[in-house]
Amino acid sequence: MSLLREFTKGLWKDIPPFRLVLGLCPTLAVTKGAETGLGMGLAVIFVLTCSNVLVSSLRKIIPRQVRIASFIVIIASFVVMVELLSQAFFYTIYQSLGIFIPLIVVNCIILGRAEAFASRNGIVASALDGLGIGIGYTISLTVLGSIREILGKGTLFGADVMWSSFRPFAFMVEAPGAFISLGILLAIMNSISSSSRS
Amino acid sequence: MREIIQMIVVLSVISTVCGLALSGIRNMTAERIENQVLMNVQGPKVKLVLEGADNDLITDRKKIKIKGKDILLFIGKKEDKPWAIAYETISGGFGGDMKVMVGYDLKKNKLTGVQIIENKETPGVGSRVTEDPFTKQFKGLDININFAIQKDGGKIDGITGATYSSRGVSEAIQKSIALLPEIKKLIQKQ
Repeated sequence: MSLLREFTKGLWKDIPPFRLVLGLCPTLAVTKGAETGLGMGLAVIFVLTCSNVLVSSLRKIIPRQVRIASFIVIIASFVVMVELLSQAFFYTIYQSLGIFIPLIVVNCIILGRAEAFASRNGIVASALDGLGIGIGYTISLTVLGSIREILGKGTLFGADVMWSSFRPFAFMVEAPGAFISLGILLAIMNSISSSSRS
Repeated sequence: MREIIQMIVVLSVISTVCGLALSGIRNMTAERIENQVLMNVQGPKVKLVLEGADNDLITDRKKIKIKGKDILLFIGKKEDKPWAIAYETISGGFGGDMKVMVGYDLKKNKLTGVQIIENKETPGVGSRVTEDPFTKQFKGLDININFAIQKDGGKIDGITGATYSSRGVSEAIQKSIALLPEIKKLIQKQ
């Protein structure tokens, strides 16, 4: 596969969480608003790309039996780095993401790509894989977050966007709204893919 | 045998390098993080506790040492003259430690306000000690009254169903008042 394919596959064909059905927990939790969705996505891009690159460069040295342990140590270190850097430079995002920053460590997408791709491919390909999937995830989170924010609060990135007599659907920013939005988007994406195939 | 050694070495080296890198980053960001916490967490709460002060409460803060402990002291001024001070004390709540900021009017020896800075209380139950109905009862109280909750014979109205949380705040305030005489002496010297 050409290197460009490694990057673009994360944007549609293998986009999490819709096609690569991984990382659903944080998806549901941080998409209460567009801004937190975007913030989480950017954190994941950083961790995913860095861990993919490091895992890929060490892939010939790490023995098979300790590979998961090694991957987790590497992933966890980058996550702590993100936590410290966001505390230092983006405190409001840090406050709104709260406990979900440390939970990036157990986001299946990251360990999944390390095991399925970075440990078997070259550094550049792994970097592009991480970037593509990370950006795809960010787009998904931001879109999902925007839908839930617009319908659930009437705002987008904090600014009022609906007409003044609009009554927000409060359940959209709670758990039921998350599942429903995710399910509907999943169904739409599946129907687009199957109609383009036939 | 060679495999086992390689496993141990690789994992140890990776862990050590990661650990060193992280402690390095932590050191580099420590001061900035302290400032951010000050501005975003303590800042707004200090402004509420020392409501009425006309100076920049964050730049006018001082680090002092009382009984061997470092205390961050916020000084509220009116027309450039020190009017009130505020500092944090820690005590145990229901779910863990809580940090409570208490403000004192230096001349009148009355509380200017109380705010909960950090808590691990049960949301909706113990966390209600952070809300206005509970915290505003402390405004204007004389420092010499009995700050235990009414259940314990004092004057403070606790929250029903949140006894430990209410007690935690009460204890923090009592600890805070205990430090007041020494702190006043220290700032009067300066």
